[in-house]
Amino acid sequence: MTTIVNFIIGFLILAGALLFLIATFGVIRLPDVYTRNHAASKAATLGVMFVLLGTFLYFYSVEGHFNSRLILGIVFLFLTSPISGHLINRAAYNSGVKLWDQSVRDDLKEYHKKMQDDSSAD
Amino acid sequence: MLEIVIRIALLCCSLAMLGLIYRVIKGPTVPDRVIALDAIGVNLVAVTALICIVLKSSAFLEIILLIGILAFIGTVAFAKYLEKGVIIERDNHR
Repeated sequence: MTTIVNFIIGFLILAGALLFLIATFGVIRLPDVYTRNHAASKAATLGVMFVLLGTFLYFYSVEGHFNSRLILGIVFLFLTSPISGHLINRAAYNSGVKLWDQSVRDDLKEYHKKMQDDSSAD
Repeated sequence: MLEIVIRIALLCCSLAMLGLIYRVIKGPTVPDRVIALDAIGVNLVAVTALICIVLKSSAFLEIILLIGILAFIGTVAFAKYLEKGVIIERDNHR
């Protein structure tokens, strides 16, 4: 039983650490802010949730106490990490950071132009 | 066996943080740097959890929540500063 639990813990922690490496690889390699944010906010969130779940299982099985702070940390990171990614992406767009020059579609640009035309027509 | 796995995971997290520090230094725009710093905060949460396992102590588990909250507040404040130029707006209705 302990061996199986240890195997699950090791698998979760290794999966989380590999997801961190993949997120960093994306942040280094991808061409512009929006794609980098896509890599960082999703992969790093899932990685930290895996690592915290492994830690929770470790303390539950080996030390034998139920640690609610880790559950709270998992829920909190799951709620806030995508929100901070969205906020910083929106701030980047509104402060005028260009998209990658080979990206083909920018729906928000037309929307912004329409809003500006409406406000100038008033 | 679990000790070796945790050592390997700590190594992976450290390499990930080094790559993110590269992006913080080089990143051509400010939002790049903010994204990388936010991801470093998330990485630091995982490193704290792994060190808790290494030390076999649950004394540092509050730090996880603390780092998560601080990283979120910092990123939100920076996003608002980039978008509006102020973090806390002046109240004009009084």
